[in-house]
Amino acid sequence: MTRSTKRVRGIAALIATVGLTLSACGTTEDSGGGDGDSASGDGAACDLTLAFFGPQTGPAAGLGEPIINGAQLAIDEYNAEAECEVAYEQIDSQGSPDQAPSLATEAVGNDAIIGVVGPAFSGESAAAGPIFSEGGLPTISPSATNPALSENGWDTFHRALGNDATQGPAAAAYIRDTVAATSVFVIDDASEYGAGLAGIVEEELGDTVVDSDTIQTGQTDFSATATKVGSSDADTVFFGGYYAEAGLLVRQLRDSGFEGTFVVADGVKDPGYMDSARDAAEATVITCPCIPADDPAVAEFASAYEAEFGGAPGTYAAEAYDAAQIFLDGIAEGISTREDMLAFVNDYDEAGITKQLTFDETGEPADVHVYAYTVEGGEIVPDQEITS
Amino acid sequence: MNFEFLFNNFPELTITGLAFGAIYALIALGYTMVYGVLQLINFAHSEVFAYGTFAALWTVLALGGDAGVSSGRGIAILVAALVAAMLVSAAIALLLERVAYRPLLKRNAPRLIALISAIGASFVLAELLGLRDRVAGWFGLEESLSEYVSGARINRSMPTLLERKKLFSFFGYDVTVIDVIVIVAAIVMMFALDQFVRRSRLGRGIRATAQDAETAALMGVNSTRAVQVTFLLGGLMAGAAAFLYMLKIETTRFDVGFLLGVKAFTAAVLGGIGNLRGALLGGLVLGVAENWGSALLGSEWRDVVAFVLLVVILLFRPTGILGESLGKART
Repeated sequence: MTRSTKRVRGIAALIATVGLTLSACGTTEDSGGGDGDSASGDGAACDLTLAFFGPQTGPAAGLGEPIINGAQLAIDEYNAEAECEVAYEQIDSQGSPDQAPSLATEAVGNDAIIGVVGPAFSGESAAAGPIFSEGGLPTISPSATNPALSENGWDTFHRALGNDATQGPAAAAYIRDTVAATSVFVIDDASEYGAGLAGIVEEELGDTVVDSDTIQTGQTDFSATATKVGSSDADTVFFGGYYAEAGLLVRQLRDSGFEGTFVVADGVKDPGYMDSARDAAEATVITCPCIPADDPAVAEFASAYEAEFGGAPGTYAAEAYDAAQIFLDGIAEGISTREDMLAFVNDYDEAGITKQLTFDETGEPADVHVYAYTVEGGEIVPDQEITS
Repeated sequence: MNFEFLFNNFPELTITGLAFGAIYALIALGYTMVYGVLQLINFAHSEVFAYGTFAALWTVLALGGDAGVSSGRGIAILVAALVAAMLVSAAIALLLERVAYRPLLKRNAPRLIALISAIGASFVLAELLGLRDRVAGWFGLEESLSEYVSGARINRSMPTLLERKKLFSFFGYDVTVIDVIVIVAAIVMMFALDQFVRRSRLGRGIRATAQDAETAALMGVNSTRAVQVTFLLGGLMAGAAAFLYMLKIETTRFDVGFLLGVKAFTAAVLGGIGNLRGALLGGLVLGVAENWGSALLGSEWRDVVAFVLLVVILLFRPTGILGESLGKART
């Protein structure tokens, strides 16, 4: 009797632990709109929801926030004028490809959701893509840049920015022309995003690349990599990966005596990078297909964003605004089914704030710009648009 | 297979490997001691280490440590950080013993239950650290503590207080002051702990409890006290490891303990779990092997090398390199 009670207690404790862990990963609903009034005004559809899909918590949550806010701004602006409001649901994937499929299934099952701004990262996009495609739920990612994503034949997939196949050559062009590097060391983090990008840069630069190495996400000691960089005498290091590892990596590279240029891509464009790299972040070059906040094209958006969220728009906030805007235009025209919305997005051709928004048959944007940023005095400042 | 690179950079890879291995070794001591006494793997020990890293980080931030402070002040701040890390880690270790273990051991629960309790405690502690902004929010301190609790789930770093001065050249590699501090500190602490367990009265109590808890109790050893001291010592060593880690890496995160915990546990098993000297040897071997493996095959093979090494050594020496339990250690 005692024995079995103990066992039951043990199992209960285990279940409780598992339950706690799982419940921490649920979705967060934002009841920003969705009033019961379904009287349709000037032909706009009612009772619809737009979803954000990406990290709201988790190690890369910093990259999710501007996207959430950018889309929020577009929806708020729409709701301020519309007869019936569009609701906004934030699906928190924590940026994890492991959680993406079940969350995507949940989103597809929610009939109110007519469009998804996201998924934010390439890894989760790859995992969730087939489910969205099967469910016919159109997605527009403001930030997933892996080129292979558009090659899966998912009709629902779109992205509002250039992929790594354009960012990679631009980064390579910057390294070749502006940095004038003679020997480049390429590092990647073995992620869908990082490895893809590093591969393109390596290929574009050809013989200039003296050596390469692959690190692991979550790794904190990069002494072996630093030794490799040091012994290769490279004058430039390119890293394909996210800011968590980039901050640690650049610090250890500088500590071990590397004095050349450190070039990274959009996954590092986050204040968290300077937080972790501190002084070592200075003069880092960051490429990004994202429009600078001080670009005249997004000035109006930037000031509205600052008024609402109390800070300059972060990376991909403007792209998220554009992505949400496409869906909202569709809703304003009275589209209320996913099928019609998908056709609407596929045929869309309007000027967004970041670029001319129109997609080819694979979901890639027709109009692409890549910009270079540098770190100066602990801030990421725009440098120039990269033209190759 | 890049043999040429390995041979050309052999001294540098070895020294940096030893430095990281020394940190593994100090964490491994906690696993090994608790195992030696209770035949129990304290999976929450990784969190004991993680809290130590944050104690060091917060102390540096609170005392206004900046890259620009004078070296005298910088060293004073670092000493304070070391003390804070050791105290916090020790407190967390004692708390774990009190909350997650003692109630179970008192009721003679099977070891498996204690293991599950440890995993649960580990989750709770790590997630509390990852939600520290919300925890501060409950008390309305989110604003005033924002320097300490913001960015709860991303990397937090401290400024460089100790310049990485080159001390001497070791076959072409300029050994930095950090490398020396980390390796020497780990060996000194290890030696002190070893002597404590072998020579002191409390140490004798720990060894007696490890050999046979019931007989030790009959001989007048307070076994609860012995277990407590074991956790305390493990916590102090993890705190020291946390400080050295922060000195070397300078960045921490709420889940920093996970990977390091797994590696330190591996080091403990590698050296012979339950054996203090084995933990030191296991840690150093693991650190160096990882670096050599990374050099030879590429950094992505780091963990593969570490665990293949573990499997191979266990195949030939199932009890680890030095395979001997704490109870059998004699003066």
